[in-house]
Amino acid sequence: MSGAPSGRAPSPEGGPTGLRARLAAGLRDAWQVVRGISGERAYEIYLEHHTRVHPGTPPMGEREFWRRHIDRGDTDPGSRCC
Amino acid sequence: MATRTARTGSSPTPPKWTPARILVWAAVAVVGAVAWSVVGLSRGEEISAAWLIFAAVASYAIAYRFYARFITYRVLRVDDTRATPAERIDNGADFTPTDRRVLFGHHFAAIAGAGPLVGPVLAAQMGYLPGTLWIILGVIFAGAVQDMVVLFFSMRRNGKSLGQMAREEIGPVGGIAALIAVLAIMVILLAVLAMVVVNALAESPWGAFSLIMTIPIALLMGFYLRYIRPGKVIETSAIGVVLLLLAIIGGGWINANPTLHEMFLFSHNELTFGLIVYGFVASVLPVWMLLAPRDYLSTFMKVGVVVLLAVSIIFAWPSLRLPAVTEFAFNGQGPTFAGALFPFLFITIACGALSGFHALVSSGTTPKLIEKESQVRMIGYGSMLTESFVAVMALVAACILDPGVYFAMNMPAGVLGDTVQSASAAVTQLGFSVTPETLQQTADAVEENSILSRTGGAPTFAMGAAHIFSAVFGGQAMMAFWYHFAIMFEALFILTTVDAGTRVGRFMLQDTLGNVYKPMRDVSWKPGLWLTSALIVAGWGYFLWAGVNDPLGGINQLFPLFGIANQLLAAVALAVATTLLIKSGRAKYAWITIIPLAWDAVVTLTASYQKVFSSDPAIGFFAQRAQYAEALADGETSFGSAPDVEAMQKVVTNTTVDGVLSALFAVLIIIILADACRVWIKALRAGGDLPTTEEPHTPSKLWAPSGLIATREEREIMRERAGSGAGGPGAADS
Repeated sequence: MSGAPSGRAPSPEGGPTGLRARLAAGLRDAWQVVRGISGERAYEIYLEHHTRVHPGTPPMGEREFWRRHIDRGDTDPGSRCC
Repeated sequence: MATRTARTGSSPTPPKWTPARILVWAAVAVVGAVAWSVVGLSRGEEISAAWLIFAAVASYAIAYRFYARFITYRVLRVDDTRATPAERIDNGADFTPTDRRVLFGHHFAAIAGAGPLVGPVLAAQMGYLPGTLWIILGVIFAGAVQDMVVLFFSMRRNGKSLGQMAREEIGPVGGIAALIAVLAIMVILLAVLAMVVVNALAESPWGAFSLIMTIPIALLMGFYLRYIRPGKVIETSAIGVVLLLLAIIGGGWINANPTLHEMFLFSHNELTFGLIVYGFVASVLPVWMLLAPRDYLSTFMKVGVVVLLAVSIIFAWPSLRLPAVTEFAFNGQGPTFAGALFPFLFITIACGALSGFHALVSSGTTPKLIEKESQVRMIGYGSMLTESFVAVMALVAACILDPGVYFAMNMPAGVLGDTVQSASAAVTQLGFSVTPETLQQTADAVEENSILSRTGGAPTFAMGAAHIFSAVFGGQAMMAFWYHFAIMFEALFILTTVDAGTRVGRFMLQDTLGNVYKPMRDVSWKPGLWLTSALIVAGWGYFLWAGVNDPLGGINQLFPLFGIANQLLAAVALAVATTLLIKSGRAKYAWITIIPLAWDAVVTLTASYQKVFSSDPAIGFFAQRAQYAEALADGETSFGSAPDVEAMQKVVTNTTVDGVLSALFAVLIIIILADACRVWIKALRAGGDLPTTEEPHTPSKLWAPSGLIATREEREIMRERAGSGAGGPGAADS
């Protein structure tokens, strides 16, 4: 999904590679937004937060993290509308 | 002091009016004006549904650019130099600065469910014009304003809930009234939504099979995500969607096989019982098994179907066949729900125009994740505009149907009789003609035994959507597939809401009962968990059972109650918002919430008044009750739509309960309004600078664009910050 489609006609200022790179960057961005909305980035966000706030301590493993992450819903339902 | 800092908020320089910009906005205004005049002025001739879409989109664009901007910067005075709770607290869990586009998606998925698909379909009995006007004007001036303002005030208070804000800013009375309102609306909402599912799936083996299959699919996804591929949400959801499509196709085979057909043919009462048991079991199981995977699945389906529908309407370009305005708008004799346009249109269409329930989302998860204050416009106002657009599409789906088919699907069974002939006669009596053959052919086209009295909105929406989808993909041959696809899509949302709603209700109940008996508050104490779950399920289960067996039609009777409860919650939210505007010295701008609050109060109180006191038995619960009680006293054995004494007794019980609830809702609104007025007067007397519970200003180090798409200036700042290594927003913006 994150792969860039082949770029097209050269534009006056960028040239084909510039345009292709921009397109690829845009698609990568969009893919990250999709992953974010689906909730798939939760572990990455945790890791980033962990290395920033508790540098030097080992972070939770991925499996352990996801287990706790989903189980949080058992005690915190969050609201949803009709 | 907190309020004083709010005033020094940095107002960004408004975008310059370049000739190109003027041209673009002039064009938007012209498109909107032309579309509105086609929609509003056509009489007698059929117009294309695309005009509704154009009118809506142009109005949304103008409202977002001008009105929402005015509220964001002049009224709320958002301040991007102020760190949001997500930046200040940043605990890597519920407080995390989240990319605005991701948060927009989350927020939209949390506010939009089956609601905007149901209300507009029911309201279509008055024609497409009243519904369109209310959905679009309502969202611009009431619904989206409420969502954004509540989001803003909650964000300034570390994401406090609406109930907490009502208690702290208005007083304990208002707070308790808000709590009762939330519990009541939850119970009624779940009952009405569950009834929509029952009406859509009863006597329909195809629909019942595909919905039942969602349970093993969700379980499978849950186990896969927990034990095989933890964290691979997209992969798991993709597998789920494929299985879901297979389940719909499989439903077709089940339907064609006589033995299996019989096996999955459920009566209304069987389904009701099944749903109640399911609701209880699902809400005590751990979330990873059922709720979490189904949530992923419904988010996927939600976004996918909304996009698919918008694209299909543009390609299919269907014509609206229902008239612009029908006589039911004025005489209040509509078969779907009784009562005239004012006030009943405005409580029937809640989600999509103004929905109090959203205030719970805007004051829950979202304010804790927001990155920059100015993003409340895009996330609060923008998400609600998107939901409103979904409601417009639902209205389109209902209005492209043959009016005769529409009414045959939405009238109570007692009025239609059992055969297509009697139904055709009943519809003709309403002033719309439909032949028995057309009714049979329509049912055959979607491979259902009957489409008569499929009330609740979902089947009608599914029928309209099937017409639109099959015009673009697959033609007539695919009608039945698309119909059941749309049914399944709605039922999936509703099951998720039933499960999640029961849990939310349970937590509230545990919290409340915890005041009396401590262990109740421990959310992992099993006996407490089972007891409170059972109580909530019993609450909505009762209304569901009573509604399904109501001789007068459950949707007809209960939907107005749901609307009133939802708008009652909106009154709480708007009253809290107004209080905060006045308390923080912004009384001169308080009209932005006072006008929708006044409208909402007038609508809700008028509707409750009519439901309680109207002497017309079609509208007033107690007038209805008196009629049936009198007939029973006279020793009659059948009356109106009730064929026997037992049914007559049911009517008496139901109308008593419904009437008392209507009165209770009206009293709650009056209490909240009176209590809020007291605080407003106190604040105005004090010169309008009362202390509020706002968090003090902390300078922000983060930077992020305000709108959906970064402007040229914002992109330049982003590049500069990236170059200098300054902290920026999440990775998705790099």
